[in-house]
Amino acid sequence: MSKEVVKEKSMVLQKEMLGKHFIELSRTHETGKKVVYTFVPGNLSELILAFGMLPVYPEINALQSGMRKKSGSFIREAEKMGHSEDVCTYVKCDIGMMLNGNIGPTGEKLPPPDLLLLSYTGCFTFMKWFESLERLYPGVPVAMLHTPYQENGEMTEEMTNYMVEQLKQEVIPKMEMVSGNKYDESKLAGILENSAKAEDLIVKIFSTTKNRPSPIDAYFAGVYYIGPINSGFRGTPEAVTYYEALYEEILERVRLGLGPITPEGEMEEERFRLVVEGPPNWTSFREFWKLFYDMGAVVVASSYTKVGGMHDLGFRHDPAQPLASLGKYCMNCYTNLNLPQRIDLLAKYITEYHADGFLVNSIKSCNSFSAGQLLMMRQLEERLGIPVSFIESDLVDPRYFSYSNIKNRLDSFFQMLDQRKIIKGQMEETTA
Amino acid sequence: MHTEIQPLLETCKQLALDLQFSHAKKWKAEKAGRILVGYMPIYFPREIVHAAGGLAVGILGGGDHKQIIKGDAYYQSYICHMPRGIIEMALDDNLNGFDGFIFPSICDVIRNLSGIFRMLGKGKFVKYLDFPQNFEPAIGGTFYKKELQLVLDEMFRITGHRPTMEELNHSIGLFNRNRQLTERIYDIRQNYPWRLSFEDLYCVLRAGLVMPVEEHNRILSEILDYVKQDVGEPMDKIKVVVNGAFCEQPPLGLIKSIEIAGCYVVDDDLLVGSRWIQGDMGDDTSDPIGAIVDAYLTKSTFSSSVYDVNNPKEARLIALARHRRADGILFAAASFCDPALLDRPQLQKACDDAGMRYISFQYSENTGQFKVIKEQVGTFSDSIKLWEEEAVMGN
Repeated sequence: MSKEVVKEKSMVLQKEMLGKHFIELSRTHETGKKVVYTFVPGNLSELILAFGMLPVYPEINALQSGMRKKSGSFIREAEKMGHSEDVCTYVKCDIGMMLNGNIGPTGEKLPPPDLLLLSYTGCFTFMKWFESLERLYPGVPVAMLHTPYQENGEMTEEMTNYMVEQLKQEVIPKMEMVSGNKYDESKLAGILENSAKAEDLIVKIFSTTKNRPSPIDAYFAGVYYIGPINSGFRGTPEAVTYYEALYEEILERVRLGLGPITPEGEMEEERFRLVVEGPPNWTSFREFWKLFYDMGAVVVASSYTKVGGMHDLGFRHDPAQPLASLGKYCMNCYTNLNLPQRIDLLAKYITEYHADGFLVNSIKSCNSFSAGQLLMMRQLEERLGIPVSFIESDLVDPRYFSYSNIKNRLDSFFQMLDQRKIIKGQMEETTA
Repeated sequence: MHTEIQPLLETCKQLALDLQFSHAKKWKAEKAGRILVGYMPIYFPREIVHAAGGLAVGILGGGDHKQIIKGDAYYQSYICHMPRGIIEMALDDNLNGFDGFIFPSICDVIRNLSGIFRMLGKGKFVKYLDFPQNFEPAIGGTFYKKELQLVLDEMFRITGHRPTMEELNHSIGLFNRNRQLTERIYDIRQNYPWRLSFEDLYCVLRAGLVMPVEEHNRILSEILDYVKQDVGEPMDKIKVVVNGAFCEQPPLGLIKSIEIAGCYVVDDDLLVGSRWIQGDMGDDTSDPIGAIVDAYLTKSTFSSSVYDVNNPKEARLIALARHRRADGILFAAASFCDPALLDRPQLQKACDDAGMRYISFQYSENTGQFKVIKEQVGTFSDSIKLWEEEAVMGN
């Protein structure tokens, strides 16, 4: 690696935004601001902001707990109260964290929810999760937003109408009741304008990986880039400023021909370009990433960074039709796509981003992602003739991260990619 | 008397466990224009297939008598067993002759299995049936009606026939009768469970998933007549409700083991899809699809697959156990079944709060060793029989 990591302007901005958000959350008992717990896929951040409320995302708390090495004890706590070892570890981590005082990533206690907004998008377990939270926070209202699955690879008018009616008759009335504010569509439309700007920018940012070398890692660094857009800032001027700054920094890297920044500095040689399917492991995130950058492997596109929305396929929040647009947004998240759609999307990434290989990180906890991944992998291998590989880990359960197993698999995969490059080079020489 | 019913029970057992679905395929072959629509757990309104001149066939996995070879290549080890059995059957041609497949929205695994069936090109149609989690007639009801319309459209493309109002009402009436007969058998078994073993009851109900409802109603009538009689001898067993086994089915050996270990199962959710609607659907309306929708919105039983915040399942489970005068609850869930296992802590807490005794275990459809579960259930039964003040037989 070439040099020490220097914090860029965008990193500082993101840190400030998150810090301010958690301070606001810790002061709700003074400010009286209401708190909404909700999920990242299909999140209605703009609507929450329009009512002047603050969002909390239990998945993000769980992944933060994983990164801070606290998830293991939280999970064991939940298992003590009867949760099976077999089920989603995000749920158990969140419940364990709550049982341990609900201390957030900044060390401040998170306020309890005033509203549980169950944006039931692309993951059945979300529903079970909030049914559990409803019992743990008795009396807190739950607003259920059932997002229909794109089983035919399309969003029909009936599906959109269903979403809009639920927003009008289930979600908005509960938000009005909890916040004490009336629904203001013009205010929402104004917020959505900023959302569309941020979405334009994040599409441009993830498109920069088409360059060689790729200026960013679209998976390991990508999870930081999607932070603001997925964690309540979408729709804010701060998010637009953040993504403008980030895009400028990345364009500068492209201009200078620089590779991605890693925790150990700048990657000097891009040896392998990968597309990755599935969420990362959070408990050993740094070690996991290092296995890639040490080998000169950069992820040029990933499905995980699309769980909060498929903006690269053209979707933008639309201020002209706020509620329909929110509904379509929810239906358009990656895990709400059917398997043929997911395969087509990954094939598009592999082709357009000139990937050398395709890798599945199969997550024990997440059936929404994992069920069907083996078929997806075979289909992509057959369709594109691309080398594929498969590793297994978990989101936040440290018991399911086996460093040596993953390293062995990745080493073999990278050797295969290397070999393929040599053969390809020889063939090109022969042809020339 | 016992010998008279035995052949019927044997037939039901054979049909229930027939992974070739021979009976359903034979029915289809008997008349041109008939269709078979396979459906996965838990619930599917079979009435609409019946009215369209078809047979809805329940597909519950490969159980413990289907060797899984190809199916394992589709699923990671930490995903439940049932879908790999279904894939194995699909790839082994067990499901040839089926015209369409319905995948009800009960979990992410079944949801993604619908995608695998699409990719494999199985059947003339594959439908992921997205049940609404909003129970307002104007919102969830409208959405569900459209979903059912899409199923009707798929069947129309094959048969060229759209069921009339009369045909739909007739089918609804037949399935009402089916549920009435089933509930009457459960009601009698509540007091006299020794008259029909749970294993036999299970096979009789499961056989109903592979035959026309008219034929199943005749069988249920015979069984009902049988259990009305004073047959069998009561044994010193406790009464239990089994909960959590609504999708992947326990092997028959496990069901037997529960009984042998000292439990009369007086209610359960093993085949709850057949008993999903509590009571009758309207069978003489001008809008029969509306009646099916209304029944789903207002008369559904509790389930791990249904959003329950407005009608908590733990209260309904305790009420059911009390209604059946059960001594305890057996929480039996398939390994890696997120819906059932995520419900467990709150259901168990409700049992603790209500003073309802329970034990919990996990199984897989191909579990071959029952000794541990048998000992666990036996200990549970003994602890109640031997140490409780009230005699169990006094229930």
